[in-house]
Amino acid sequence: MVRPLDVLVCVKRVPAVGAEILLTADARAIDTRHLGFTIGPHEECAVEEAVRLVERAGGTAGVLTVGPPEADEQLRYALSMGADHAVRVHAPVADPDPEATAAAITSALRELPPYDLVLFGEASADAGHAQVGFRVACALRRPVVGGVKGIEVDADRVRLRREAPEGAEVHEAPLPAVAAVLEGLNLPRYPTIRGRLRAKKAVVRVVEAPQPVGGLRTLRLRHRSEAHAETIVLGRGAAAAPAVADVLAELGVVR
Amino acid sequence: MVLTVVERDGEGRLTAESAEVLAAARDLAEELGVPVAAVAVGETGDLPEDLAKQGVAQVHLLQHELLADGGPACTGEALAGLVADLRPTAVLAADSDRSTEAMAWAAARVGVPLATACTAIRPGSGDDEWEVTRERSGGILLEDAVLDAPIRFATLRPGAPSPSETAAADEVTVHVVVPELDAAVPRARLVDRQPRAAGMTLATAPVVVAGGRGVGSAEGYAVLEELAGLIGGAVGCSRVATNNGWRPHSDQVGLTGTRISPDLYVACGISGATQHWVGCMNARAILAINTDPEAPMVTRATWAVIGDVHEVLPAVVEELRRRSGR
Ligand SMILES: Cc1cc2nc3c(=O)[nH]c(=O)nc-3n(C[C@H](O)[C@H](O)[C@H](O)COP(=O)(O)OP(=O)(O)OC[C@H]3O[C@@H](n4cnc5c(N)ncnc54)[C@H](O)[C@@H]3O)c2cc1C
Ligand SMILES: Nc1ncnc2c1ncn2[C@@H]1O[C@H](COP(=O)(O)O)[C@@H](O)[C@H]1O
Repeated sequence: MVRPLDVLVCVKRVPAVGAEILLTADARAIDTRHLGFTIGPHEECAVEEAVRLVERAGGTAGVLTVGPPEADEQLRYALSMGADHAVRVHAPVADPDPEATAAAITSALRELPPYDLVLFGEASADAGHAQVGFRVACALRRPVVGGVKGIEVDADRVRLRREAPEGAEVHEAPLPAVAAVLEGLNLPRYPTIRGRLRAKKAVVRVVEAPQPVGGLRTLRLRHRSEAHAETIVLGRGAAAAPAVADVLAELGVVR
Repeated sequence: MVLTVVERDGEGRLTAESAEVLAAARDLAEELGVPVAAVAVGETGDLPEDLAKQGVAQVHLLQHELLADGGPACTGEALAGLVADLRPTAVLAADSDRSTEAMAWAAARVGVPLATACTAIRPGSGDDEWEVTRERSGGILLEDAVLDAPIRFATLRPGAPSPSETAAADEVTVHVVVPELDAAVPRARLVDRQPRAAGMTLATAPVVVAGGRGVGSAEGYAVLEELAGLIGGAVGCSRVATNNGWRPHSDQVGLTGTRISPDLYVACGISGATQHWVGCMNARAILAINTDPEAPMVTRATWAVIGDVHEVLPAVVEELRRRSGR
């Protein structure tokens, strides 16, 4: 049976880093002066899934972030992918600790109209605390499944597929429920021009929520020390094939 | 007490990751002058024997019918109850999906922070303030952070310095704990499990031949498949390949794909962006094939061939065939 669904996806604005990461002078954060911003791939899949679920069943796909005004850019990206409405929980800092983030989302969810399904990424792309979704589910006493790679809603229940060391598992939960999803759940669409225009005009609802500071405080970031030996160039183009074959033979991998 | 969450494998034996966490717990407990206790879900089985070897003399076994199929959230609820009773100094677990999820729920229920993906944990000078080092952005960055809590919850990444030797425990005391779990609370339940198909996986293959944007198309992977076949490897890819629909996501190497540590990684037309690099940086050796000699994958590789994958790979395959007479 299909019934309309209200789905909400939580997304985080994160720096889109390239091959080198620069740190700020106090080393507390990534230097973002020359970087763009994005949402993590897990969250992109979560947005795509919400849009697909609603395309199938009807209802609404919402997107929520906890962040400063600049984070509207990421909400608009989700809107351009097909989300229907966007909420920003105002946070003065760009990267709140996970307890503060979870507290803000929990209190916003208590104020907002009810959602059948709240989707998170398994882990945020920068901090990777891997816990905000579980904290919110715990506070709201909702069922939660992590590592989700498949979602099927049937009337008042949701079936969630995940990989486990023993094999593929299916978990079933009554709605309303929470899921933390993984990239690979689907192939996210690229926003259409129409989607982008619609997103540009959309109104982002801004709400305030208490964000008690949690007990995890960043002192400094540092690069993992990486010693690279000089690269040995085996040659150019097809002419390098014998040298490559020699290396493979030396490694003992040729069957 | 340093309470350590341990997991068992399909045969019911302590997992290698759990043994590593126990070693870290022992070091920490010794520094603090407190004992180590383990906590696990389910029946006794071989656990006392395995724990004795780790020098652990106490285990709490969480047993409840809801735990059988209740998943990590349910385990987390039971763990929170035990923590409230025992008031340990710290609660440690491996950084596996299952343990991290249970720890996240338990920390939320107890009302304390949780430091995940830690590579080190050090009791600090302040009463409640400890210092942890944790991986960020998939491990390319490390974060030193203060963990300020009366009970310190942390999950540990594998690969800590090799476990210190320890004297075996003479006897392991097993405490069976039946947690209070309200059956009326809505929960997710495991309803089906399909065993994994046997065979080589990306995560365990000794050689991985991976292709990125430079491969250019789904068809372009045929020659990578061929090379992988000749050198006993699996095929992998970058996120660009996945996003273009050239390869399934299960082939993706990287932060949001699979992290691999093969003996040899052959990176074909892959630039080496941070999020890809963290997936392959533990390879013993890397061979990069790329048109750009300045690509980060090339400058970090053991060996490189500067050139077009469409020319280099067929030539390598042909050379290998010629040498083996096939
Ligand atoms: C939060 C986050 C998570 C991510 N997770 C992952 C992840 O898990 N895995 C992942 O791979 N990426 C991930 N990415 C994406 C990552 O940032 C890069 O965009 C991606 O890895 C680039 O893939 P690529 O190297 O194939 O493409 P490009 O960066 O475009 O590089 C292509 C390379 O191929 C070379 N080339 C081009 N043509 C040829 C040719 N004919 N012959 C030889 N060489 C050629 C070029 O010189 C270049 O070096 C993530 C990104 C974010 C923001
Ligand atoms: N600032 C934020 N705003 C909204 N959602 C967030 C925020 N931070 C984290 N999340 C969500 O929580 C998930 C897990 O984050 P983390 O616990 O930081 O790894 C992310 O994938 C997001 O779905």
